[in-house]
Amino acid sequence: MVDVIVFVVAGVIVLAGGLGVVLNRNPVRSALSLVASFFGVAVLFVLQEAHFLALVQVVVYAGAIVVLFLFVIMLLGVDEVEDLSVEPLTGQRIGGVVAGVAVLAFLLGGLFLSGRGGDEGAVALTGTESVTQPIDETQPNIDNLAADLFGRNVLAFEATALLLTIATVGAVVLVRNAGAEDLTVDEPGRADR
Amino acid sequence: MRVTETWYLTLSAVLFAIGFVGVLVRRNPLVMFMSLELMLNAVNISFVAFAGRLDDIAGQTAVFFVLVVAAAEVVVGLSIVVAVMRRRPSITADDLRSLKG
Repeated sequence: MVDVIVFVVAGVIVLAGGLGVVLNRNPVRSALSLVASFFGVAVLFVLQEAHFLALVQVVVYAGAIVVLFLFVIMLLGVDEVEDLSVEPLTGQRIGGVVAGVAVLAFLLGGLFLSGRGGDEGAVALTGTESVTQPIDETQPNIDNLAADLFGRNVLAFEATALLLTIATVGAVVLVRNAGAEDLTVDEPGRADR
Repeated sequence: MRVTETWYLTLSAVLFAIGFVGVLVRRNPLVMFMSLELMLNAVNISFVAFAGRLDDIAGQTAVFFVLVVAAAEVVVGLSIVVAVMRRRPSITADDLRSLKG
């Protein structure tokens, strides 16, 4: 029963945050709604015994990615409100909402209409169950995740390390002004330099 | 009444549709990016739901990699947005019609 209450509360927070991102005219308020949504998702992860992922969700998504969004919004000064009534293509907003409803109907139809309906729909979606790395209930969640991550997926793990290095180098190269001299120690940095 | 994985999958579908509409309707590139993050989170929810349903930790490993790739994507995407919008502030996604800087 407690699980149901926690799920409903966290689900409401997630969806309300999502709607806040899409419907807010001010990008700063969209970013703050996104933080709320990420916290709701972290609660849902804890509810499903994925404790390490909840931690990483809060630290990486809410703590780094949204902060980066806010930095860029404030750096570029685009925090003035967007005019939501202007649409470049005629009927784009209506078309967007219709496409979103169609996608939702498609996903929910696949979930509930396949198999024998109801909870069995999820079974029909997964197909034959073949477990690659079973969860050991006696160990903490992080031990299970580490056994899989550093066992079967160690190559992918090293590749993500390389990916993060490439992303960092790319970010430095992309925002560098060509021809500007490097900052000396005495000069303060400016955004338009 | 028990919280089954179907509940999580339904929530994931609704959140995915909300992010989908956000990417299509909004014109500010940063808000479009944030709606994209909503879609990625929806997929993460369904991955963890299936990890619980199938008793397989591989779902959570997939979430780990989705998180890392999303973080790298945000870094590069935001630096592109900064590089473009520094020249012409108050630009929307509709004005970025050609790849020429």
